[in-house]
Amino acid sequence: MSKVLNILPEKCTGCMQCELACSWVQTGTFQPSKSLIRVNVFDEQASYAPYTCLQCDEAWCMTACPTNAIATDRATGAKLVIDQLCIGCHLCTIACPFGTVFTLPESDKASKCHLCGGAPACATSCPTDAIEYVEADQSWFGPWAAKVTENYVNAVGG
Amino acid sequence: MNPGEVEAGFSKKEMDMGGWTGKILRVNLTTGTAVVEAIPESWMKDYIGGRGLAAKYLLDEVDPKVDPLSPENKLIFATGPLTGTPVPCGARYMVVTKGALTNAITTSNSGGHWGPELKFAGYDFVICEGKAPRPSYIFIYDDRVEVRDASQYWGKGVNDTEDGLRDELGIPGLRVACIGPAGENLVKFACIMNDKHRAAGRSGVGTVMGSKNLKAIAVRGTGGVNIADPEAFMKGVWRMRAEMKDSPGRKSFAELGTAATIDMTQAMGGLPTRNFQQGQFELYENLNGNTIRETRLVANKACFACTIACGRVSQLGDAADKFLVNMHPRNWRHAGEGPEYETAWALGADTGVGDLDAVLKANWLCNDLGMDPISMGATLAAAMELYQDGTITDQHVELPLNFGSSEALIRMTEATAYREGFGNELAEGSKRMGEKLGNPDVHMGTKGQEYPAYDPRGFQGMGVAYATCNRGGCHLRAWTPGPETTGVFDPHETAGKAEWVAAEQNRTTAHDNTGVCLFVGAANGPLEKFVDCISAATGVSYSYDDVLRIGERTWNIERLFNLRAGLTKADDSLPKRLLKEAHKAGPSAGVTVDLNAMLPVYYSERGWDPEGVPTASKLAELGLA
Repeated sequence: MSKVLNILPEKCTGCMQCELACSWVQTGTFQPSKSLIRVNVFDEQASYAPYTCLQCDEAWCMTACPTNAIATDRATGAKLVIDQLCIGCHLCTIACPFGTVFTLPESDKASKCHLCGGAPACATSCPTDAIEYVEADQSWFGPWAAKVTENYVNAVGG
Repeated sequence: MNPGEVEAGFSKKEMDMGGWTGKILRVNLTTGTAVVEAIPESWMKDYIGGRGLAAKYLLDEVDPKVDPLSPENKLIFATGPLTGTPVPCGARYMVVTKGALTNAITTSNSGGHWGPELKFAGYDFVICEGKAPRPSYIFIYDDRVEVRDASQYWGKGVNDTEDGLRDELGIPGLRVACIGPAGENLVKFACIMNDKHRAAGRSGVGTVMGSKNLKAIAVRGTGGVNIADPEAFMKGVWRMRAEMKDSPGRKSFAELGTAATIDMTQAMGGLPTRNFQQGQFELYENLNGNTIRETRLVANKACFACTIACGRVSQLGDAADKFLVNMHPRNWRHAGEGPEYETAWALGADTGVGDLDAVLKANWLCNDLGMDPISMGATLAAAMELYQDGTITDQHVELPLNFGSSEALIRMTEATAYREGFGNELAEGSKRMGEKLGNPDVHMGTKGQEYPAYDPRGFQGMGVAYATCNRGGCHLRAWTPGPETTGVFDPHETAGKAEWVAAEQNRTTAHDNTGVCLFVGAANGPLEKFVDCISAATGVSYSYDDVLRIGERTWNIERLFNLRAGLTKADDSLPKRLLKEAHKAGPSAGVTVDLNAMLPVYYSERGWDPEGVPTASKLAELGLA
């Protein structure tokens, strides 16, 4: 079973260490605008939600790519952009339902999370363990689905 | 050159150094133009950055005798080389100017995300000069710099201003530093607020910004911060983080916030109450870290790169609708940041208010109106004392200013920001208010700036720290309660205090220059432990002694500014109450501050003459001659 990034927004304090670490991997400078993980800030609710590529099993970015420039890393399950094949058509960025495929302004090529080859810098750098790199385990799914159902039932009034 | 154009005054040559961007953005508000300048390399080395380098610029470019609210004064926003890097808490920027409250140099520090964003936009400093002919704001988006019309934001609170600018500009990741109505109305202790709840709070930096018709600086930066020696740098960062992680200081900050301090100062009899008339507050438990955590805390909130997250967002609960606010137009929001220790004290114990609802609401008002809650609470406390002794009567005020009155706290906070009724007197600060009403001794402060939440009769060292601080009453330059409660010093004795304060001032000053939050020091990450990070980031090899020397150089530069502004030894003083009146009860009973025993020692420790003037040999030693 491969490992996945498990993000726990309730633990996030919005410090942006993950963005710093990710941008460092991408660019060699501390440049959050180039980070592939983004912290979504909901200041009014004091809520912070880091999000990045989910490395979907059925990855629409891959399906959409006309040149097969996105491939699966066998070791980690990450979907990788192969620079030499990418023609900069941006189709993957449109296909991704989560908005986690970016393009680089300087090369116009796709850029997305590659799990740092199996040691994601964002997880390492998080001071509050809001980002974990853990075995893909779906035991959370049952309680989560129950909670979503409950919220839905409450929202529609029983 | 057209307004809004940037003159290319800086070659894009890559520097060998890192940390610094090496660039200053100089904005002339009078003409609405901006130029980019290079910072002399030797200056960066000699001052590290931030507070020190900005003080150097201020001393060089501004006549210290200038009226702080005149166009000739300059307003400098300064980051350090570690701002915007992953060094824990590398989030800080400094606002350096001649303070409206103090008529002395001021160096007001703030966290949040604004400082790092300025670095990402490619600038270490923004220097604001002149005065805009109409309400304006500065918009910085990497190389694009414009001075734009802000008339639609003039009069609006901090929340509305930031939201409005985000809507107008439509740029994700935009960061805003702005003033509220208090700054516009030239309230003498107005703040500059960034990220809505973070403040460069003290000495009236927001007043200076208001006097320049500058409502806000909105920044978005997409660039990065380079590091000279990345490997050594990250090694230092990880070592620091490991050492801080489980330290009791970090845990206490994260769990209880700064308000945890209230238990300690209460226990020492050093929690100034009712304008320093008592040293303990019987309702302190209503305001302490634990109560806030149990009843109000929504979530911890970190500044940029912070691994502590002492900041907290608090639910206002019933406070939202409990107190009437006349003029504040805003639909009241139900959560806000704070209260921090100083705020909980100033708006709570110092005014005798033990109602957390009222303190939270006053805190929120101060943040949205853009006022320093310390000076606000302390000035109101002084007015309450004058009301108590009959100097202020019901003819002066619209409602009774009794100690403990939540209604007075809320209403006067609002009235002060708008200079309405007696608020017009409060807006001048307690020194000017006391002088006008014939009782200057009611001002509990130094150089016109009200003290924060440590009674020097409970912590003797704070006496000399307050008296000698370059920006007036301030706890952030030498925090003596640390050694005074851990057995290093007897809290009530004077021995060793002056020497310690002088050395500590150098240390905290150098720390401020780097752009790292002072709180890492309390969380097992003091300056000494990240000198290697400064060196690795900048590519300049510093030793700890070099860094301390830079702190001392900075301190002396600030002192020189103040002396040239006309301040003298007489301004290194404490109010009569601290020198003559002892508390009658509690752990600090019977203690008064013996400043006469400490001040001469302090001067000689600093290498200054008996009048507090740096000697020629000291200046030569520091390269300032």
